[in-house]
Amino acid sequence: MTWDWQVFCKDTIDGEVRAGCFGSGGDITYLDWMLSAWGWTLSVAVLALVVALVVGSLMGIFRTTPSKALVALGNAWTELFRNIPLLVQVFLWYHVLPALIPPLKSVPSFILVVFALGFFTSARIAEQVKAGIQSLPKGQRYAGLAMGFTLPQTYRYVLLPMAFRIVIPPLTSESMNIIKNSSVAFAVSIAELTMFAMQAQEETSRGIEVYLAVTGLYFASAFVVNRIALFIEHRVAVPGMVGSK
Amino acid sequence: MNLDFSFLDWNIVSSFILKGLFFSVQLTLIAMIGGIALGTVLALMRLSGKKWLVIPAAFYVNTLRSIPLVMVILWFFLLIPMLIGKPMGAELSAIITFTVFEAAYYSEIMRAGIQSVPKGQVYAGYAMGMSYRQTMQLVVLPQAFRNMLPVLLTQTIILFQDTSLVYAIGAYDLLKGFEVAGKNFNRPVETYLVAALVYFVICFSLSMLVRRLQKKIAIIR
Repeated sequence: MTWDWQVFCKDTIDGEVRAGCFGSGGDITYLDWMLSAWGWTLSVAVLALVVALVVGSLMGIFRTTPSKALVALGNAWTELFRNIPLLVQVFLWYHVLPALIPPLKSVPSFILVVFALGFFTSARIAEQVKAGIQSLPKGQRYAGLAMGFTLPQTYRYVLLPMAFRIVIPPLTSESMNIIKNSSVAFAVSIAELTMFAMQAQEETSRGIEVYLAVTGLYFASAFVVNRIALFIEHRVAVPGMVGSK
Repeated sequence: MNLDFSFLDWNIVSSFILKGLFFSVQLTLIAMIGGIALGTVLALMRLSGKKWLVIPAAFYVNTLRSIPLVMVILWFFLLIPMLIGKPMGAELSAIITFTVFEAAYYSEIMRAGIQSVPKGQVYAGYAMGMSYRQTMQLVVLPQAFRNMLPVLLTQTIILFQDTSLVYAIGAYDLLKGFEVAGKNFNRPVETYLVAALVYFVICFSLSMLVRRLQKKIAIIR
């Protein structure tokens, strides 16, 4: 077989090769389309990561508190979102919730997918955060309370600053997973990379070139996340601890 | 809106859902057995210390682990027919894809498992006059499997969840069964809810079993 990388310079409507590979005046080439799809992938992933970090940390913290009710809530949350496949969860958010709660019908599907992916990942992050807090010596918690800190203060000033540093490596791999998992959004017609790959493959019959480019973009995105996380890890390292410079 | 589950009788279940469930389970079991076998070979390659074995195995594992599973499914669905020169069904393509893909993940687990066996065990094997092959087969791998059994099973639960992604190439799995039933009876909301419930019950009970097994193994060790 022969390569045909010109496919990316083709207009998406008439299939003509455009000079400079970018469309002009409202026309778009496959390259334009792919870049915008990359933007969608990154937007879904980054927003979902924010949701996952906030909710996941909260649930992880709940699971380490002395309150039985909060522990039960955190455990139930984790089990619920961990034991249903992501694709099924995406369908629940997209097909089921708007039917049960009518106001959700006006929410764009992009937002629904962000919550689906975010809550799914929050279960994993809750697990990591819980493990991070439990890895600290019990004395830290007692010391905080003995100093007259309230429980929230003990978490805020004593436990969490250490626990979050400990869980940076597993959170890094979760952040890379979230980029990979965002590909599931194709199933509800979000115009992200996988959706682009499937449609462009169908329209142009140049599947290999299209898939290679998309796979490359996934690689690049995960690599960038990895570097950013490494940078953060070094920036916040506590001198004298394992892992600090 | 009102939910109405009354249409879901045994007839529907046996004609739409069981077929899908059967395929999902079949896919999970084949990919688990094939994936653990291939993954163990890859792990041994990576731990062999020979460059010409380490590099290809590391490349295989790292590449597959950095690509979204949906893309891997699409890649294989595109490439296999090109290589063998004739079209291939979505189901068979999915079985090959999952075996190859999961091997990368199982191999990382097996690598950790083999590394968790104390070095003295290997030396003991050699001191007994065993060859490399015998030491691995009779001394190291049985212990590695045992140590890693809970993790291998947890990965299999994830694998079972991931089988729903064959949606991308239209293979008929458990989720597809529910979807088709929902479309036929115009009750998609109810069928998706039941689908989620079925997946939850299966995965939750399996993970409870794994947890019990883990406690049992931990005591004996």
